[in-house]
Parts: sequence; C-alpha cells; structure tokens
Amino acid sequence: MLRYEVRMSPAATPVRRQLHTPPVDPSPFPHHPGSLLSASDLSLEGVSHILDRATALENMDPLLRDRILAKRRVALLFYESSTRTRTSFELAAKSLGADTALVSSLSSSIEKGESLKDTGLTLRALGAETIILRHNSSGAAWLLEAETRLPILNAGDGMHEHPTQALLDLRTILAHLRAGLTTVTAETLAGVTVMIVGDILHSRVARSNMLLLPRMGARVLLCGPKELLPELAAAAGPGITVERDLEAALRQSQVVMMLRIQAERLAGLQLDLDEYKAKYQLTGPRLATHAPRALVLHPGPIIRGLEITAGVADGSQSAILEQVRNGVAIRMAVVERALSAAPKQGGRA
Amino acid sequence: MTALVIRGGRLIDPAAGVDALKDILLKDGRVAEIAAPGKLKPANGGIEAEPAVLDATGLVLAPGLIDMHVHLREPGQGYKETIATGTAAAAAGGFTAVAAMPNTTPVNDSPEITRWMQSPERGAVVRVFPIAAATRGSKGEALNDYAALKSAGAVAVTDDGRPILKDNIMRETLVAAARVGLSVIQHAEDTRLTQGASMNLGPMSFKLGLRGMPPQAESGMVERDIRLVTDLRDTRVHLHVAHTSTAAALAAVRQARRSGLRVTCEVTPHHFLLTDEHVGFYNTNAKMNPPLRSAADRDAMIEAILDGLVDAIATDHAPHAVHEKEVEFDNAPNGITGLETALGLCLRWLHAEWKLPLGRVLSLLSAQPAALLGLKGRGTLAVGSFGDVVVFDPKAEWTYNARETKSKSRNTPFDGWTLQGKIRWTISEGRIAYASPA
Repeated sequence: MLRYEVRMSPAATPVRRQLHTPPVDPSPFPHHPGSLLSASDLSLEGVSHILDRATALENMDPLLRDRILAKRRVALLFYESSTRTRTSFELAAKSLGADTALVSSLSSSIEKGESLKDTGLTLRALGAETIILRHNSSGAAWLLEAETRLPILNAGDGMHEHPTQALLDLRTILAHLRAGLTTVTAETLAGVTVMIVGDILHSRVARSNMLLLPRMGARVLLCGPKELLPELAAAAGPGITVERDLEAALRQSQVVMMLRIQAERLAGLQLDLDEYKAKYQLTGPRLATHAPRALVLHPGPIIRGLEITAGVADGSQSAILEQVRNGVAIRMAVVERALSAAPKQGGRA
Repeated sequence: MTALVIRGGRLIDPAAGVDALKDILLKDGRVAEIAAPGKLKPANGGIEAEPAVLDATGLVLAPGLIDMHVHLREPGQGYKETIATGTAAAAAGGFTAVAAMPNTTPVNDSPEITRWMQSPERGAVVRVFPIAAATRGSKGEALNDYAALKSAGAVAVTDDGRPILKDNIMRETLVAAARVGLSVIQHAEDTRLTQGASMNLGPMSFKLGLRGMPPQAESGMVERDIRLVTDLRDTRVHLHVAHTSTAAALAAVRQARRSGLRVTCEVTPHHFLLTDEHVGFYNTNAKMNPPLRSAADRDAMIEAILDGLVDAIATDHAPHAVHEKEVEFDNAPNGITGLETALGLCLRWLHAEWKLPLGRVLSLLSAQPAALLGLKGRGTLAVGSFGDVVVFDPKAEWTYNARETKSKSRNTPFDGWTLQGKIRWTISEGRIAYASPA
C-alpha cells in the first residue's frame, strides 16, 4: 500500500490516498512435502516429528533400522567440499538401508559445464528418489526442486540456509536445556537467549537458526562487526536482535554459537583478523567471566585460535562434537521423511 | 501506395491536444487527413481506388507507442531475439518505434552496424532507431565519432548495460554528444559498489543470502552525472537517466530540473509495479539491472510518474533464452521482456488503478519519448506525421500468456497477469504491422 500526497496546487491541503499495488504471489515451494529446503518449511509439529524420529531411529536396532529404506535410492550432489554434512547424510541414509550415490562437482560432468537442472534430471533418470544438495549458490535447492519435483534436502545453499544444521543445533540445545524434550511448542525455548557470533552475513547456519529458534520462543542475539553483520539482519524475522559487544551478549545468553569466518565468501572484503580476535574471539577467560554456564556450539569447521580458542573448543562447556553426533540422527529422520511423504496431487512424477 | 482509413475511433493525440471521435486517413505512410466521423474525403488526397477501411468503433486510436529502451540482440545474439522477432513483439504491444541499445555482439559502436540494424533485410515490422555506443566497445575509455553515428541514423549515445564511470570520459561524452545534438543516456550504476551482486540490497537480499546492490550505486552515479552537467554550463547538453529505480535518483533528477538543467529520466513498468519481494524464491524472471527495489523506491516511482517528473515509460525489453534463465539466481543474466505487456500494465495500473488520465499515459509512451530522442513526425498524429497508429480497446481485460509471445524469449515476471487494454491493430507508417486475432 502506498501513501502519497496529491498536490492540487501549492496552497491546497494535501489529500492522503492509499494506493493498491500488485500483491506478491504466495510461494509455491516446497513442491514436494518430503523436501526440506528451508527451516521455515517445517511446522512445529513437523519439527517435533523429526526430533521424535531422530531419537527413535538412533535407539533402534541397526539391523531393523536397515530395512526402513532398504534399496531406496538417495543421491548426494555436492558442489562444495564438506566433511560433517556429507558424511552424516551418507551414514544416515545407509543406516536406513538406502543405496547412496555421491556426485561431487570435481569428479563429474559438472566440470564439463552440465547445468544443475540437467544434473538433477540425470540423477532422477538414474533412479534417485531424493537428492541431497550442497551448492555454492543461494537458492540452488529451490531451482533443483522446481526442475526435478523430487524431494530435495538442502544441505547448504550458498549464504542462504542449512536447515538440517539448525535442527541438529536445536536437538543439542534441547538435550542440555530441556532434558532431551522432542515435542516442541511456541513456548519451549521461552526465556532462552541464543547468541550467534561472527560472520553472520555469509552464514547459512545463522540464517536457518534465525528462522527456526524464535518460533519456539528463543531470542536470537546476533554479534559481530558491521562488515560481517549488517544492521538489517535484525529485520530478517521476529525475535532477532543485534548486539555488537561480545561480552554484553555473553552475559545475556544461555547458548553461544560461534561461526567461522568464511574466507571463501569474503569477496574482496578486507578484515583485520587481529582486531577481530581482540573483539570477538571466544576465549576461556571471557567465557568464565561472562557466561560460565552457557552451552558452546559451533557448526564446524572450527579454526582454532581464530574465532575460538582450543581451550574453549575442547572445554567442558563445548558441545561441538555432540552436534556432529546429532547430525546423523537428525539426518536419518529427514531422509526417512523425504522418502515416506507422498507427492502433492498434480505434481509431475 | 495503398491508403488506409480508420473510422469511428476515439482519437487521443496528447501532443496535438486532441481527444475526440475522428476518422483518419493514412496515405503514403503519412497521416493525410483527419475529420469528424463520416466527413473524410479521401478523394481530396488524390486516391483513385477505394481505401481499405478499419472499423475502430468503440476503440481508441493513438500515436503508435515508442519504446526508447529495448535490446533487440542483433547483431550477434539471435538465439535470444532478432530484429524481426523483437519488432514483431513490439508491434503486438502497440509500439511502432523502438530505440535499440548497443550492447550487441559486437557492440554497436560504428556507423556500419548502425546502418546494418536499419537495413530492410533485418525484417523489422516497426521502425528501429539504433542508439549507438558512447565509447569504443562500450569500454568507457575512448569516445566514438558521434557525427558519423548520427548521420548513420543513431538517435542517442549510451554504454547501456554499463555506466561511463570515469568523470573525464563522461564529461567529454556529454560535450561531444551535445555538439552534434545527441542525448547521452546513462545506465547509472557505480559498478564498484555492485560487484557480485544480483538483487537490491536490503532485508530481502539478506534473507535470500544474495549479495545486494545498494541504492546509492544508482543515485551516486546520477548525482555525479548531474554535477558534470551543472559544471558544463551548456544548455545543449542533455542527460537522460535510463531505467530509474531509486527514490534518491529521482530526487536528484527533480533537483536538477528545478535548477533548469536538461536532465530527463525514464521508468520501466517493472520498477513502478514490483519490489524486491517479488523475487520470491529466486525467480530469475524477476532479475534485472537495476534490480527490483524496496517498496519505498517503487512508491517513489509511482509518485514521480503521477506528478509529472518522469519523462517517459520505457520497457528495457531484454530477452534471454529459457536455458539461460533456468539456472542458479546469481548465475542468471539480467533482464526481462516487456514490449507486449507495457501498455496493458500502464492501463491496468497507472490509468485504471491510480487514475492517471489516459492522455498522460499515452504521452509517456509516445509523445514524450519521441521528443526526448528528437524523432520528428512521430509521437503525434497531426496531419503530415508518420502513419504510426495504435488502435486498442481501452476497457478490455485480458490475461498475458508468455508462451504466446512474438518474441523469441519469454523471460517475464508478468506471465499470467491480468492486463487492461487489448490491442486491435498496430500500424507502422501506414502498414498494418499487427492485427489481433479476430
């Protein structure tokens, strides 16, 4: 809606009119109910279901679990390097009995110029029933879903989202702060402040967490220098605040999520690393003084001595390796969901 | 040459101050006679045979529309569009003249290419006016020979798609173009601020994880250009700001006009209708440069059109092949098609919704761009003018289907939109260039 003044003549009183402008169409995504493109695709029931299944699958006899997706075909399509995400998705799919095929950009026809669309259609023709995509372009998972209509699991798209990371972070937080609760509501994390520190601008982990955690009542506090944390980040959703001062943020937080500086995405941005460390490095003394009981998280890879000291990473407050373990459980649940949801009516097979 | 009579329509010719029921006779490509309904005397025009008659009862006839900013992709990118297909789309949209930007392959920086584009062999169905490159290869370094380009038919100079960044080159361009009576059209973008960016900088770009173009990249360049024009103190200098998209750039143009400078601007339908929210989830048919901006910027476009600051509506018709747009958002080329939707969008929104009088809508799409480019005998239907006419039903609503386009490409965000104003005939210099399926 537009408000503007009609100026009849310099002397005339301005008449305020409200003008109707073209609306924005509702999003057609996800096309497939098994897709997980964004953390905001999930209802709170959907989140609860995934958390619930993650625990159930984790506790299941591996020989029984092996039959759940026996011989189903899962493709992993990776345009960027990855250790945790790729391995945990692969282990998750395999432990449910699925056959997995890994395609990475450096050892495939992608090197010869094959487009994402054609790569996706080829994987579908090869029998892939779901594609797990890691891509350096924001939005790549949306494109792949639109073109293949398969259930697509977004394993990180550029600077945009990494929804399974947010889910495994949530599982880690619930394990420590809510005794492993798996049914979440809009109040589950009321009174909890989660601070995310560092390179917010380039972080898909931050964006997915910013979308997911406030829906359960958590407050998200973003912390970092202007170059890596624009003021407008606070407008990305409800429950998000910017706090530039690390120690002030620590004092308010029950969870401290540290991020790596993404050198590969800085695009010419010059950053004084010594200054960065002085202001934003999570050190033992800082943690002990300002947040002695907070849970320390990091999506990895960690750069010891830059955003976090070795002592903190290996310390008693750190749940970094627990996050990695939770990744396998969450991804089992997400892969199971992808292959058990029925496609929408009217969609292409 | 055959003659053509258009009978019973409501003639709206803003430049001539006409809005009345008139019959009109076109002969030898020109307007031969205008008369009250039934009062035409074709015999006075020296016509022996009975002229063909078009019945325009209930329809509006107006000067053919003029789009001062299109990309016809020839020479060199015929898979996106050709001059033949681009002008067919223009005719279907009511346009009888289009000004073709020089970012072709090779760049149109020579009289040879300028003439080649106008050659009858290109198969244009409406008139094509080339706009030549301001600098060699549009590299922003060395000026072209504007006198030679003008005599080959160029109607303005620009490095569109790129700005002329260097102050001294832009100053020399303004001076040299003014000397031969050509306008300088600037694609205002400080490319030092837009490296790697693919949409407007704002909450949406942050949300989508895309690098953003700050509004200052446009307004800063417009302000720089206006400073240069101010310093030149030469009334012949004409700076035209292409596809204005930010409130700050409009404010700079407004200020320049108050100071009496010859600074003009155009706005595209997509910039006065859409915002960066319309990018949705990476719709590459909503990716163009300048990008869709904030709601406040969009609202400023509407306001400036309604209050008369904006000089012309241009489409920036920029066809791209389907496969080029079916890619990751940051890898997709900039640009959308626009020739077939411009009038329908203007009538649906500017006229029907926001109450801009029909005559003013038509003036923004014909008389004013004709004046900006110095196209003599166009943009009006006064007797003696070219017989460029658009005949349309101003009330008819219809749905745009991009698959039925006459263009080679269909990269439009307006597919499926309800438009107003159905074109019946487009007549280019007395010949029917487009007739709607009956």
